[in-house]
Amino acid sequence: MRARTLFPPPRVLVTKIGLDGHDRGSRIVAAYLRDAGMEVIYTPPWQTISHVVKLALEEDVDVIGVSSLATDHLIVPDLLAQLRKAGLGHIGLLVGGIVPEDERAALLQAGVSAIFGPGSSRQQIVDHVAALAAKAREVLNSHLWEIAR
Amino acid sequence: MTNEAVQLPLPGLDQANRQWGYDYGRQIGKDRVVKNRSGIEIRPLYTPRDWAGESYLEDLGFPGQYPFTRGIYATMYRGRTWTQRQLIGLGTPEDYNQRVRRILEAGATAISLIPCNSGFRGIDCDEVDPILLGTCGTVVNTTEHMDVALAGVPLGTISTAMNDPSPFTLLAFTLGVAKRRGVPWTSITGTSNQSDYLSHFIANHMFYRLSLPGSRRVLLDHIEFCRKNVPNWNPVSIVGQHMQQAGATPAETMGFTLSTAMQYAQDCVERGMDIDFVLRRFTFFFDISISFFEEVAKFRAGRRIWARLARERLGAKDPSSWRFKFHAQTSGVDLTEQQPLNNIARVAVQAMAGIMGGLQSMHTDAYDEAIATPTEETARIAIATQNILREEAHLCDVIDPLGGSYFVETLTNQMEAEIEEVIAKIDNAGGMYKAADAGLVQTMIGQSALAFQERIESADQKVVGVNCYQIDEPADRRKPTERPDIERMKEHVARFKAYKDGRSQADVDRALDTLARAANSRHENIYERVVLAAESGVTHGEIVSCLRKELGFGHPLALA
Repeated sequence: MRARTLFPPPRVLVTKIGLDGHDRGSRIVAAYLRDAGMEVIYTPPWQTISHVVKLALEEDVDVIGVSSLATDHLIVPDLLAQLRKAGLGHIGLLVGGIVPEDERAALLQAGVSAIFGPGSSRQQIVDHVAALAAKAREVLNSHLWEIAR
Repeated sequence: MTNEAVQLPLPGLDQANRQWGYDYGRQIGKDRVVKNRSGIEIRPLYTPRDWAGESYLEDLGFPGQYPFTRGIYATMYRGRTWTQRQLIGLGTPEDYNQRVRRILEAGATAISLIPCNSGFRGIDCDEVDPILLGTCGTVVNTTEHMDVALAGVPLGTISTAMNDPSPFTLLAFTLGVAKRRGVPWTSITGTSNQSDYLSHFIANHMFYRLSLPGSRRVLLDHIEFCRKNVPNWNPVSIVGQHMQQAGATPAETMGFTLSTAMQYAQDCVERGMDIDFVLRRFTFFFDISISFFEEVAKFRAGRRIWARLARERLGAKDPSSWRFKFHAQTSGVDLTEQQPLNNIARVAVQAMAGIMGGLQSMHTDAYDEAIATPTEETARIAIATQNILREEAHLCDVIDPLGGSYFVETLTNQMEAEIEEVIAKIDNAGGMYKAADAGLVQTMIGQSALAFQERIESADQKVVGVNCYQIDEPADRRKPTERPDIERMKEHVARFKAYKDGRSQADVDRALDTLARAANSRHENIYERVVLAAESGVTHGEIVSCLRKELGFGHPLALA
């Protein structure tokens, strides 16, 4: 798979926004991505949206993974809006954890690439993040070419 | 414990045993290796050669007698059944009050209060996006809020358990309400759940607010204050639940929890408190996983080890200090989002393990707890599960019904050995406080969590509906999520802001100054000042941020 050989390796921010502190899932996913050869920037829970945007910019990430187990997914659309406002619209964003069925559509419409609930496999997550990172680089590159012209 | 240890004269036994071994091996072919979650190998059969009760009195004794392996009271459930204590917390104080009253009308004798996640973070409701408020607990930031939440609740007769981490503002608000209503503090009963700051630091980052040394000081002040002024209150609940939920094995969990209890007990003694005076009010809180026999053995072994530690190592003289009193909650980790109704069966099995394990108080999870905060209907099914086990299945008729089983007694001994090994590791690291500060415990838990997840992914550990027996579930069959009414929540926040503006700022400043001074003085009790501040109208967020400033904010270790 092309995305697997991305160089330099994908840079992924694994984080939690809002009030939830359940971090068993985000730790496990961070370890999965690290073991798959990606560069993982891991934060403790309760990051503010503005801090995540700042971190994404400073760390030059391709993908952000937001873990939510206690309703914090409701503010993910706001994070996406703030990322776009900061000129980071190319970054891919996926959500993992518990998102009730009737609240999924709103997230996907807002630009979340996928929601990984319980039962998702390591391979599914790694493949998705790798593809997302490749896409983010493509978007960014074409954008830079346009500016250069 | 070992085959050699037991040589009862049972004529013909060894020959029959050999015959069985031969038949078993021939019929099964290549046997698979079975291990429980704590890594103990489980054999297909246990016999009097594994356990024959030769040290019955030392290892088991009778219910209510040292070392309490068979139960901490002589009568156990024959005398009084376990307390059914369901966690409740949602929406505004008004919402909470409505639900609590319905529960009391239905005959409950104990209630609980779970605050909103914003409270766990140490902030008030006006500092958060209202969309996140009240989804997982009740928004209680002041004595006024508590008064509304507990309207019509007879404080002196109903036992309340509160998820109230350091600096214990919920109890402070409750004491304020009691004072207003003329209810003497000596009549107030209940438990400061989530008082175990070490477990928060290590494994549950919902609660973490103050620096490690700051939390240590506040807990000791809290214990001292409660033992003097609210003598029937349990100021400490040592929580194994967080560590098991974060991925520790059942044996690791029990080892860490007992090490934590010893740390707190020793800290109290160093403070000059009498060991028996303190231990009498220690309680424990555990997760019950679906690993049935392992959980039963975990609780039986834990009870025995604690009795010995309390008596021999901590030097407690009063038998009630040796009693391992615990509340347990069926584990949400085993519940699945897939085919959620299956969770009713899982909870029933977990609850049975807790009952056979001899718990004093229980919360059974609602089947939708893997998806959202339970609705009233699903919470009712969870309570009915307990009622069915008690009334229909007759689980209360015999004390410690699995005691004497060759398997359960062997497993209890093996779990005991595992747990003691964990305790020894923590001892070597200088006790639980140092082990947590150094990150040792967190690393052990992280490794166990990853190992267990790998067992699920490789389908070595089967989970129905997740890695086997999957079905196509139509999404629309799931019920929509219940959330607090956002408009009413916004009104609640607006009223809170108006309340703050209407206070005497001079009173608030004075109370916070006194609190800050106490935090910087070795001779004052911080918690006494927290209670006074709450009475003066100071809010939860103001108290926490003052103490954070004076004692330092705790950043949990971030170990992936």
